[in-house]
Amino acid sequence: MSSPETQIPAAQTTARKLTMVEALREALREEMRRDDRVILIGEDIGVEGGFGGAFTVTLGLAEEFGHRRVIDTPISEAAIAGVAAGAAAGGLRPVADVQYGDFLFIAMDQLANQAAKLRYMSGGKISVPMVMRAPVGATTRGSQHGQSLEAFFTHVPGLKVACPSNPYDGKGLLKTAIRDDNPVIFFEHKLLYGSKGARKEAGGVEVLGHVPDQEYLIPFGQAKIARPGRDITIVANLLMVHRSLQAAKILAERGIEAEVIDVRTLVPFDWDTVAESARRTRKLMIVEEDNLTGGWGAEVAARIGDVCFGHLDAPIRRIAAPDTPVPFAPIMEKFYIPSMETIVATAQELVSNY
Amino acid sequence: MNDSNLDSKQRLAIYRRMVLCRKFEERVYYLFLEGRLPGTVHQSAGQEASAVGVCSALAEGDVITSTHRPHSHAIARGLPVKSLMAELFAKSTGCCRGKGGSMHLGDLALGMLPAIAIVGGGIPLATGQALAFQYLGKKNIAACFFGDGAANIGTFHEAINMGAIWNLPVVYICENNKYGASTSVEKVMKVEHVSTRAAAYGIPGMTIDGNDVEAVHRAMSSAAERARGGRGPTLLELETYRFSGHSRSDPGHYRPQDEVAAWKQRDPVGLYEKALTDHGVLTEEAARQISASVEKELDEAVKFAEESPSPAAEECLSDVFA
Ligand SMILES: Cc1ncc(C[n+]2csc(CCOP(=O)(O)OP(=O)(O)O)c2C)c(N)n1
Ligand SMILES: [Mg+2]
Repeated sequence: MSSPETQIPAAQTTARKLTMVEALREALREEMRRDDRVILIGEDIGVEGGFGGAFTVTLGLAEEFGHRRVIDTPISEAAIAGVAAGAAAGGLRPVADVQYGDFLFIAMDQLANQAAKLRYMSGGKISVPMVMRAPVGATTRGSQHGQSLEAFFTHVPGLKVACPSNPYDGKGLLKTAIRDDNPVIFFEHKLLYGSKGARKEAGGVEVLGHVPDQEYLIPFGQAKIARPGRDITIVANLLMVHRSLQAAKILAERGIEAEVIDVRTLVPFDWDTVAESARRTRKLMIVEEDNLTGGWGAEVAARIGDVCFGHLDAPIRRIAAPDTPVPFAPIMEKFYIPSMETIVATAQELVSNY
Repeated sequence: MNDSNLDSKQRLAIYRRMVLCRKFEERVYYLFLEGRLPGTVHQSAGQEASAVGVCSALAEGDVITSTHRPHSHAIARGLPVKSLMAELFAKSTGCCRGKGGSMHLGDLALGMLPAIAIVGGGIPLATGQALAFQYLGKKNIAACFFGDGAANIGTFHEAINMGAIWNLPVVYICENNKYGASTSVEKVMKVEHVSTRAAAYGIPGMTIDGNDVEAVHRAMSSAAERARGGRGPTLLELETYRFSGHSRSDPGHYRPQDEVAAWKQRDPVGLYEKALTDHGVLTEEAARQISASVEKELDEAVKFAEESPSPAAEECLSDVFA
């Protein structure tokens, strides 16, 4: 499958550059203007003089749309998720919000048992068009504010999972998520927000992206070849796309051309693009910030190993966080998060030894 | 102040502890601004009376649980300031060896479970600590700190009900500082007082001036006695106010200026200082000495933290399992 960028030339020509926060806010604003059924529900998202959510994404939206549509809640994650699911089944298109992805564990019953299963249990009679936005990634806040949670949700049938790595994808995928008739868990990486001022993140990645003025949507299930290459395929999401692209630059200096694929959505997953690339480069590695055991990368390795068995020259390697909680001390956190150096070394090893 | 059972020595100890909490937060504020502390901090200046008043009524072996805003709780419980400061500096001599950070300060051996940064997450844990005390026949209690915001999450209701039906030795302490992050209490609760909810579980509930340290001490003492005597939990609501923003990045524009100013008039440290002075317990000279000794303790804590080694990166891999 080809990348949607090639279908939207405007993305390349416009001069406008936005941060992830700005792009996500614009997606919410456009969809709210377009469809009165879209509401926002979450903690501290619309309070006057407040934050616009934990990372400012909803700043200014209560002023435009009012508190009828930008609904501040008590600290009640289970009910936030469940009320969103119920309202979705009742004809609205809620975009719910948790301040840190880690709090999704509180909402797990409503997401995994209710939102994900209402359609199936009703014999296909109900749909639950809701989005659950959740920031992930380790940012020196320790074990309860830094987890990557994609794997928990890819495992639940009935939930879609998106994980944009840049503002352009963020906007296009969020708009698609809002229009999707299914519950979508929408992961955003704290270091990719591009938050400014007091909310700027130490170690944040400068990701300003071209975002066209014209409306566009990015379909789910279309991975993007973020960098073409012939020697090895690196599949990644969120922050790890950026680490992989940095690694690819270093590898190029050493004569190794790595192809970097940004999965963009985990459910549905673009098996074709990854399999085609793996067959071409004959070597595959997967990079994720989640804990190694049972991460989404394990699923990719298993399936691609299956369908590309005869085409691969090397074992499939996975780079992930170790099986530990997220530590607080920056020196340990650095050790925990997969590094550019590890990606380079692993790619080098696969290319040199096989 | 006269109906309290505290003697002058105890009162001065309480006062010093409050000053230590306040000055600790002042240090942390500047260290943070200077970029010397990683991560984020949620500060508790303005809430010293609730932390110190509650902990002054505890006995050895009792356990507290805390929240994302744990600095004063830890100091009030008597954890060594050095080990707290070192934890904020992410050093291996910290109370959690650099693995926890500001939001998880604690040391169970010294009577404080690592603070829980999931709002409401500590309420079942405190209840479980109390179940263990009851089961093991210990005369100890658990004191469970949480904010007004936590009164709306499921764990609050589930755990307090369990504590109530099993008569567990636990005191639930809601520090109602009027806001959960940017959200004012009135927006998210239809009852005026969190303590009203105690009735739903059949336990006593009361609302106390949380900036009056001796009022807190008295209320906690009787709730603790009740819990220790096997008569079950109490829900104490301590009305107070945080002087700082919610976290390091919050200027607090959602709070009216006059509201902030009014609460600063009721600064718990200042109030107690005045009360003790008026009663002849504290002299100007004694106050100066206390201030100097607190500054010295903090100087030493910062020095200790700075000179302590960082953990090895590979320490990341240890402590996952017992
Ligand atoms: C379950 C959960 N939801 C949201 C948050 C984000 N958060 C951290 S502190 C806070 C406000 C807590 O308010 P309150 O309980 O009143 O405590 P205070 O901060 O006032 O001490 C919020 C929303 C969290 N840590 N945990
Ligand atoms: Mg509060």
